[in-house]
Amino acid sequence: MYVYDEHDRQIAAERVAQFRDQTERALAGELREDEFLPLRLQNGLYVQRLAPMLRIAVPYGMLRSAQLRRLARITRDYDKGYAHFTTRQNVQLNWPAIEDVPDILAELAEVEMHANQTSGNCIRNTTTDQFSGVQADEITDPRPYCEIIRQWSTFHPEFAFLPRKFKVAVNASEHTDRAAIQVHDIGLQMVRNDQGELGFRVHVGGGLGRTPMVGPVIREFLPELDLLTYLEAVLRVYNRYGRRDNKFKARIKILVKALTPEGFAAKVEEEWSHIKDSPTRLTEEAISQFKGYFTEPDYQQVPDVTDTLATQRFENREFDQWITHNVDSHKHPGYAIVTLTMKKTGTPPGDVSDRQLEQIADLAEKYSFGEVRVTHQQNVVLADVRKDELFELWQAITPMGFATANLNTLTDVICCPGGDYCALANAKSIPVAEAIQRQFDDLDFLYDIGNIDLNISGCMNACGHHHVGNIGVLGVDKKGQEFYQISLGGSSHHDAAIGKILGPSFARDDMPEVIQKIINVYVDHRTEEEPFLDTYRRIGIEPFKERVYA
Amino acid sequence: MPDLITSDGSIRKDNWAVVPRPADGDSLDIPDQPSLIPADLWLAGKEHFENREDIGVWLDSHEEPEILAGVVNELPVIAVNFPKFSDGRGYSIARLLRERLNYRNELRAVGDVLLDQLQFMKRCGFDTYVLRADKDINKAARCLNFFTQGYQAATDTDVPLFRRRAS
Repeated sequence: MYVYDEHDRQIAAERVAQFRDQTERALAGELREDEFLPLRLQNGLYVQRLAPMLRIAVPYGMLRSAQLRRLARITRDYDKGYAHFTTRQNVQLNWPAIEDVPDILAELAEVEMHANQTSGNCIRNTTTDQFSGVQADEITDPRPYCEIIRQWSTFHPEFAFLPRKFKVAVNASEHTDRAAIQVHDIGLQMVRNDQGELGFRVHVGGGLGRTPMVGPVIREFLPELDLLTYLEAVLRVYNRYGRRDNKFKARIKILVKALTPEGFAAKVEEEWSHIKDSPTRLTEEAISQFKGYFTEPDYQQVPDVTDTLATQRFENREFDQWITHNVDSHKHPGYAIVTLTMKKTGTPPGDVSDRQLEQIADLAEKYSFGEVRVTHQQNVVLADVRKDELFELWQAITPMGFATANLNTLTDVICCPGGDYCALANAKSIPVAEAIQRQFDDLDFLYDIGNIDLNISGCMNACGHHHVGNIGVLGVDKKGQEFYQISLGGSSHHDAAIGKILGPSFARDDMPEVIQKIINVYVDHRTEEEPFLDTYRRIGIEPFKERVYA
Repeated sequence: MPDLITSDGSIRKDNWAVVPRPADGDSLDIPDQPSLIPADLWLAGKEHFENREDIGVWLDSHEEPEILAGVVNELPVIAVNFPKFSDGRGYSIARLLRERLNYRNELRAVGDVLLDQLQFMKRCGFDTYVLRADKDINKAARCLNFFTQGYQAATDTDVPLFRRRAS
C-alpha cells in the first residue's frame, strides 16, 4: 500500500492549514457562501439536509488498520459513532460540525488520509477493482497507476474549476470489470498490445446521472508512459470546450456526444501532440517506484487444507454457503479473498459503527496483513486470508454481522443514503432496500435465482448507480409524493449497458411485490444456469411489463 | 489608482485600464492611459497599434489564445478575464499562452479574481492579479503560497514530483 514520503506529508499539512484559514475566513464572513462552496466541497464538506456531511477520500479503496481505528475515533469524537462506505469507495460522516472540520482533517492527515477533491467540479477519487493485485486474471496490478493519477490530479492548478465533477476508474482484469469503468468520465482498461507492451484502452464520456451513457473507446492503446500527458490532453479539451451554461449538460459525455467520439478523439490527439513529450511524461523509473509500494505481502507457505475445508463445509451448511458466496479464489496458493458484507437486513447498506470499524481493523491485522479494501458495492474486502484460517475468521465475523452470505445476490443491494440523509434526494432509498431484503429473506431462493445486481438511487444523480443495475430502482418525486421507477437490463461490467425503464413508477409499499414479480418472470423463462441478465436480453422487457402491470 | 498583486506577493499600483468590448456599431474608445483592449480588435487594427508600449490585450474565457500565435511577444501585457471565479478556462488559456505560444511578457488575471485561486493562477503562468475590489489585498501573499510544492509540472516548474523523487 502507498506510504507517504516527506513531500506528501508536507503537502497534506499545508492543505490542512489552508482549509483552516479558509474556514476561519468563511465563518468571519470574509468569504461569501458561493465563494466558500467550491473550497469546502474540494475538502469533502457538504452542507446537507440534516447537518454537514464530510466525505473522506479512500484512494482506490485501500485502508490500513491504523486508519480504520482513526476513522472510528473521529466518528466518536466528532460525529454520532458511525460512518458510511460509498459507491466511490470513500467514507462519509453524516453529522460533523463545520467548525470541527479543520481538526478532523488534521487528525486524518496524521494517518495519511484526507478529503481532497472528494466533491466539487474537479478530478475525484480514482477507483479500481477491489481485488487488484490478488486475482489471477489481471494484466497487471492497477493500483500503482491509480496512485500516479491521484498525485497528478491532486491540486492540479489547471483543473480545479472544471465544468463539472470528473471521475476516473481503472480496471486490469481481463474477464470482469468490478470498477465499472465504462460509466466513468474516463475509464482505463489495462491491456497489452501485440508486442506485449503494457498500456490502456481509453474510454471517455461514460456516466450516469440525468443522461446515462456507456463511454466509447477513444483510443485503443495508450502506452503506459503516456498516461498522464494523455489525461492532461483530455482534461484540457474538456476544460476549454465542455459546456458551462447548463450544469445538466456540463459533463464530458455531452461534449463527446456533441463532437462525436471520433471528433473528440481527434481534438485530444491534436492537443496531446503538443505535450506528449513534456516533462509530465512518465518514466520507467517513476512507475517502478510506485510499483514498489504495492508489492506482495509476506505470504507464508501454508498447509494445503483442502480436505479440512471440505469437511468443515460438509459439516456446517452456513459456512459452506459463506465460502461459496463471499470467498473468492486468490492467485497465491493457500490464500483466499474474503468479502465482509455490510448488507445485513435492517442496517442501511454501507453503514458501519465506530465499534465495527475497530473490529474490521482487528480482523485485518489478524487475518490480512493489516489492510482492507472498500468496494464500490459498499462492502469491505480482506484480500489476503489464509485458507486454513477461514473457518476461524467466519466464526469471528458471524456475530459482528459481516458474514451475511449474500454477496452479489439480490439482497447485496447497492444503495445511496437517499432522502434519510441527502439533501438532493427525491425519495428515500434505504427503506426500499430493507423491504426488498425482507421479501427475499430465504437464502436458498436467493442462491437459486443467482447473481443479480440490484441498485437503488434516491434521485437522478444516481449515486446508487441504478442505471447499471440488472434491476435498477430510482426514487422520483411526484407532487411531493415519493415513487419508484424501475429499469431492467443494466450492467456495469465488460458488457456495460444502461437499463431500460419498465414503465410507470410504483408506490414504496408495492416495491417488494413488484421485484418479486420481476423475479418470477425470470424464473419462468430462464433456461438452466441462465443468469437474469441473459434471460432479460433474450426475452426482452415485454414479458416483465405484462406481469408487473397486469 | 487601484492596487494589484504580483506573484511574489508584493502590492503595486495598477495604471492599466481594461477597455470593454464596444457595443455593435460603436468604435473602440481608448482612454488616456495604458489600456488593455479586446484581443481580436487589437489583431484587426494591428498596424495602428505597432510599437505601442501602452496597449495590451485581454482575452475572455471563451476566446482562443491561439488567435495570438506568433505575435504574443509584441504585446507588453495580456490579461485573461475570469467572468466568474468558478470558470476555470482561464487556467488553460494561461498555460497555452506560456507553454505553447511562448509568451514572455506580463500575464495578468482580471475579473472575478479571489484570494483562494491565486496560487493556481500563479502555477499556470499568471504574474499579476487584479483582485476583486472587496477582497483584502493584504492576505494575498499568504494565499499565493499555501503550498511549497505541487505534484504536477505546470508553468512554474517543469519538474513533476515523480521526477524530483527519482533524482
